[in-house]
Amino acid sequence: MNRRTLAWLILLAVPASLAVAVWHGSVDIPAARLLAALSGGGDSIDREIVWGLRAPRALAAFACGALLALAGTLLQALLRNPLADPFLLGVSGGAAAGALTAMLIGAALALQHVFAFAGAAFAAASVFAFSLRPSGWNAYRVILAGVALSAGFGAVVSLLLALAPAAQVHGMLFWLLGDLSGATDPLPAWLVLGVAAVVAQSQAAPLDLLALGEDKARSLGVAVMAVQSITFGCAALATMAAVLLGGSIGFVGLVTPHLLRLMGVHDHRMLLPLSLAAGGSLLALADAVARSVPAPVELPVGIVTALVGVPALLFLLTRTR
Amino acid sequence: MLAAHSLSIAVAGRTLVEDLALEVRSGECWVVLGCNGSGKSSLLLAMAGLRQPSAGRVELRGRPIDAWPRRALAQRLGILLQDEPADYWGSTLDYVLLGRYPRSRTAYSEDPAAKGEALALLEEVDLAGHAPQPYRTLSGGERQRARLAQVFMQDPECLLLDEPLQHLDLKHQLGVMQALARRAAGGRAVLMALHEPAMAARVCDRAVLLYDSGRVRQGRIAEMLTQDNLELLYQCRLEPAGGPDAKIFVPR
Repeated sequence: MNRRTLAWLILLAVPASLAVAVWHGSVDIPAARLLAALSGGGDSIDREIVWGLRAPRALAAFACGALLALAGTLLQALLRNPLADPFLLGVSGGAAAGALTAMLIGAALALQHVFAFAGAAFAAASVFAFSLRPSGWNAYRVILAGVALSAGFGAVVSLLLALAPAAQVHGMLFWLLGDLSGATDPLPAWLVLGVAAVVAQSQAAPLDLLALGEDKARSLGVAVMAVQSITFGCAALATMAAVLLGGSIGFVGLVTPHLLRLMGVHDHRMLLPLSLAAGGSLLALADAVARSVPAPVELPVGIVTALVGVPALLFLLTRTR
Repeated sequence: MLAAHSLSIAVAGRTLVEDLALEVRSGECWVVLGCNGSGKSSLLLAMAGLRQPSAGRVELRGRPIDAWPRRALAQRLGILLQDEPADYWGSTLDYVLLGRYPRSRTAYSEDPAAKGEALALLEEVDLAGHAPQPYRTLSGGERQRARLAQVFMQDPECLLLDEPLQHLDLKHQLGVMQALARRAAGGRAVLMALHEPAMAARVCDRAVLLYDSGRVRQGRIAEMLTQDNLELLYQCRLEPAGGPDAKIFVPR
């Protein structure tokens, strides 16, 4: 398949995945009633389900997946490490520690978000502070600081789980597994996605040049430190927005860029927007599955992304040299 | 064009170059010779503005190298580095086109003229048939020539080259030296680090010798590449190859 066809297919997957996500859910709404509700007519219960529940949920899932895939692509380019994923920055660990602390002290939902944001921001700022030196960025320091912080937050999270009363543990586990059931307002995430996408795209060409090494990129006129700082900031912001919306949804950020690269997309001008589109579509679909397959119970969507994504990636690996 | 003033370079606490004054003018072809670890690469990196010298300054066209905006500097000065990660994913042609980045806003010029130029440069370095081949599948010597073509694509008025002949067979060593000589003859300033004094003698007009002690000698190539100088530089006995009047020396 040539790259142009692939790009069109991925872009078409965006409306298709959103349509599937709106169509499917724990209540079966036939197509005719769904269309009526979408156009503002029909049954008021159908309208409430479609516009009040499923559409915001589908948009939240899409934004979350798009943010994670964008962050993963940026970090893999920045660190020149194929294993980099958004959670490497310790952002999800920080957010989890914050959110679980809030849950443990019985804070309101809004306050949980504030705590999660504070934890995530603390983690990102720490990694930033540990890895930026006057001489420039050091990818190893980013990775080591991220791994260390993640391990530290992991311990804090375990401690909170051990301290929490049994009744709270279930909610905490869902948060940790990555869950979109609380994602009712996708607007902030979409705003962040818009900004992050534009900023990331402006760095597409310099990110390609960074593959030649920092000195070579610099000698070709790339302001390496600025590009790296912008990329890091953009990835951290995107990860924070995604984590606040859906918790630690694994795999999308790591695997989406790899799926695209295995299909021949490397150029960041294409890779960044297609990662965004593919990651968003994947998560919107995965969330539709999580909501509807085991109805009326909901699965944490992180389980679905891993169960679908792992075999897909392994299959692609066997197909490429 | 490119000048070092009172330049000192220290790496890991060891002084490699001390108080060097060097000026590479337009049309000149300079070689830097010295043992492993004598500071050739560090000198080139400092001259390119990629490393801070421990003392002194480097100027391009009379303006301190740090004061040039990155992009404007990249239009005037290009460097072939000794090592570069080989994990670039694109075709050899894409790789060479990246050299156009300082003059365009995108990484891959869609401009047919640029593409034609890149293909001509691939031909010049004897890689004409390799344009569509993935860069990372090239052999070491082929990759070296593609990297040279990228620097030529950048087309700076000042060319710094760190061991341009590494990995190259004899035929391509000569081809690359001739390509560099053509650029010097066309008015570019060329400064290269080499381990091949015989090749330098054929093409370069001036030499800088970096001794172990941080001491530096420089001058016309014929005066620099003498048996005594080279024996002292490489700390081994040499003998002329091809008779007593020859300018080529081999280890005895």
